[in-house]
Amino acid sequence: MTQVLDFVPLWTFLLGLAVFLYVMLDGFDLGVGMLFGLAPDAASRNTMMSTIAPVWDGNETWLVFGGLGLLAAFPLAFAIIIPAVYFPILVMLLALVFRGVAFEFRLRDAKNKTFWDHAFCYGSGVATFAQGMVLGTFIQGFRVSGRHFAGNSFDFLSPFALLTGVALLFGYGLLGAGWLILKTEGSVQAAARRQGRICLIGVLLAIVIVSIWTPSMSESIAARWFGWPNIVLLAPVPLATVAVAWLTWRGFAGEAEAVPFIGAIGLFVLSYLGIAISLFPMIVPPHFTLWQAASSDRTQAFVLVGTLALLPVVLMYTGWSYWVFRGKVRGDIGYE
Amino acid sequence: MELDPVILSRLQFAWVIGWHILLPAFTVGIASFIAVLEGLRLATGRDVYLRISTFWIKIFAIAFGMGVVTGIVMPFQFGTNWSNFSDAVANVLSPLFAYEGLTAFFLEAAFLGVLLFGRKLVPPWAHFVSALMVAIGTLFSSFWILAANSWMQTPSGYEIVNGQFFAKDWFEVIFSPSFPYRLMHVVVGFFATAGFVVLGVGAYLVRRRSSAEEGRAMMSITLWLLTVLVPLQMIIGDQHGLNTRLYQPAKLAAIEARWDTERRVPLTLFAIPSEKTESNHFAIEVPWLGSLILTHHLDGEVKGLKEFPADQRPPVAVPFFAFRIMVGCGVLMLGLVLLGGWLRWRGRLYDTPLFLRLAQVAAPLGFVAVIAGWCVTEVGRQPWTVYGLLRTAQSVSPSLTTYDVAISLAGYMLVYLLIYPSGLMLMLRVVRKGPEQPVEDPPKVKAGRLHVPVLARAPSLAEGEIR
Repeated sequence: MTQVLDFVPLWTFLLGLAVFLYVMLDGFDLGVGMLFGLAPDAASRNTMMSTIAPVWDGNETWLVFGGLGLLAAFPLAFAIIIPAVYFPILVMLLALVFRGVAFEFRLRDAKNKTFWDHAFCYGSGVATFAQGMVLGTFIQGFRVSGRHFAGNSFDFLSPFALLTGVALLFGYGLLGAGWLILKTEGSVQAAARRQGRICLIGVLLAIVIVSIWTPSMSESIAARWFGWPNIVLLAPVPLATVAVAWLTWRGFAGEAEAVPFIGAIGLFVLSYLGIAISLFPMIVPPHFTLWQAASSDRTQAFVLVGTLALLPVVLMYTGWSYWVFRGKVRGDIGYE
Repeated sequence: MELDPVILSRLQFAWVIGWHILLPAFTVGIASFIAVLEGLRLATGRDVYLRISTFWIKIFAIAFGMGVVTGIVMPFQFGTNWSNFSDAVANVLSPLFAYEGLTAFFLEAAFLGVLLFGRKLVPPWAHFVSALMVAIGTLFSSFWILAANSWMQTPSGYEIVNGQFFAKDWFEVIFSPSFPYRLMHVVVGFFATAGFVVLGVGAYLVRRRSSAEEGRAMMSITLWLLTVLVPLQMIIGDQHGLNTRLYQPAKLAAIEARWDTERRVPLTLFAIPSEKTESNHFAIEVPWLGSLILTHHLDGEVKGLKEFPADQRPPVAVPFFAFRIMVGCGVLMLGLVLLGGWLRWRGRLYDTPLFLRLAQVAAPLGFVAVIAGWCVTEVGRQPWTVYGLLRTAQSVSPSLTTYDVAISLAGYMLVYLLIYPSGLMLMLRVVRKGPEQPVEDPPKVKAGRLHVPVLARAPSLAEGEIR
């Protein structure tokens, strides 16, 4: 097959963008879900719920698009990675079902309110932890023979994946706290500032441990970061992380309302970048590169046409729906 | 039947999609109904449309939320349990799924928030547009997912290189031979399903005499709609059957439990098909009618299952009985619509207790027909995932053990058996509460989703309808 145009870099960017948007958007609403469990009373719980009720569905759609994008652009990766994380995916999906229906169920089912409140909080936490384990398993790589995952369904159980699971709990908690500071006032906001600082400490600890652990697992990753001249070229990543962490801390501690959320997103961008630098160009570490796992040019091109035409439109009307619900959560929105 | 990862993965897929499909079967039609009501309200300014729309939006919100989260489960099934299938067909099918996400899921999700929570935040026309976008999103979604399903049933526009499918012509991939029939059959079926739910709820409200005005409007609109849709569905179903005879003759043979290829075949109303003896027991048959219906000729030839090697035949009993259940539902629906039309002509539609009660009982009929129809088409295309080309047994993820799938299936069963009854109870509770009645000074619903959960005011409870 003659290669006229190489769509792989563009698809890598688009898929990376979709996954990042998912992490950022569903990250904050899963985070709000976890912090919801710590709220002292029904009034705060309801306020917290109102900050995400109109947007959670759109946020979760990025997960579907990320999964389908992986299938469309890098099907071999989809066919190997997803069965390899069979149980984390199962647990994540079931937890997402629980927390998703809780939005409506807790409202109308007065009798079982407590149960669905718990479902919302624990569902958010369990889904987050499962996603963190998927991430950890991905970074560690997969056992592969031919075009199949060759390990067993419990390969995901490893100390590193447990660590990334816990790390993501703090990470999404941080995003959730940032979002709540942006969208609420008074006691809910004050609680989010306290919880956000605790999450930030957890996130920073996790970043440090992962940054030491990952290169120690793989010589190629160590060489990528610490070889010459990369050690100089890539130095801005950890340095920027330190700077953003400091700004975020100041944001949570002070009066700023947007800085905590933006800072949390900044930390996610940098961590994401760090993982990408460590693994590139692997999509099924350590066996297949993005190019080896890519779908045919015809397939990538066909989906690309629609994606480039429709994604800006999607971002526009999604932006509009956020704009409709802008500002602090108002007392009078809700069902007619 | 031995339990292995293949059969358990099939059961799991059947379980998660069977429950999931009930929700789009309802929400596709209701989304359009809400858009129509919002449009009518905008055009006429009549408050009754607003009250009906608000009432159905509450029910829609519950069903749609459940549909979203059970829908997220679906694409991951291709990876977790059917990774060999994904590896083989991704180059052809994945664009269809991706386009479903791009054209449908984002559209529904973004405008759903405004539809549910934005009535006071955006101008009335923008709220109407949001309702319209959600409705259009559900139809786009049906388009793409049925294109994908149809390609698996009647693949076209592909080539096979090293066991993998590649697209040669995207138009042929999307518009595979069974697609137009399947799309129409399913979408009309979904609209009819929602129609019978609205008719039943309307009849319940009329019977109860509170919210009777809204109930009458619901009945009137949907009965007109069903008068068109139910006969139309029968014509489409007939055409879909002719298409199946052409492209999936083994499926048709299973549906009719025909073992031998014959002309002038009878129509088998009832039988106990036996795969062991390759014959039917206790058959009740109408001579010649089979050929007439299936081929539109009295001496038309219908292929029998014996034409196909045993390892290429679908199971017979499930398609055979499910088909009869589906058609039975259709006949009952037609009867109800005709009865309703006659009563309307006599001016007694709203005060014939028997009809109101029948309409109420018939509310779930569409769901039965949808599930039965789904069993016909999906069991009938076995043992293939890509018809005639890729076997179901070769599609499963190779790394899975029986225990892995048994655990996941148990998980899905437990969770769905908890959330579906809960969701149904909540929707019935909204129905029992009925649409809110007009009052001079509507009380402010404090903080939206907040202190609720009881939004309805006492008046609707005063009628003694507490159960």
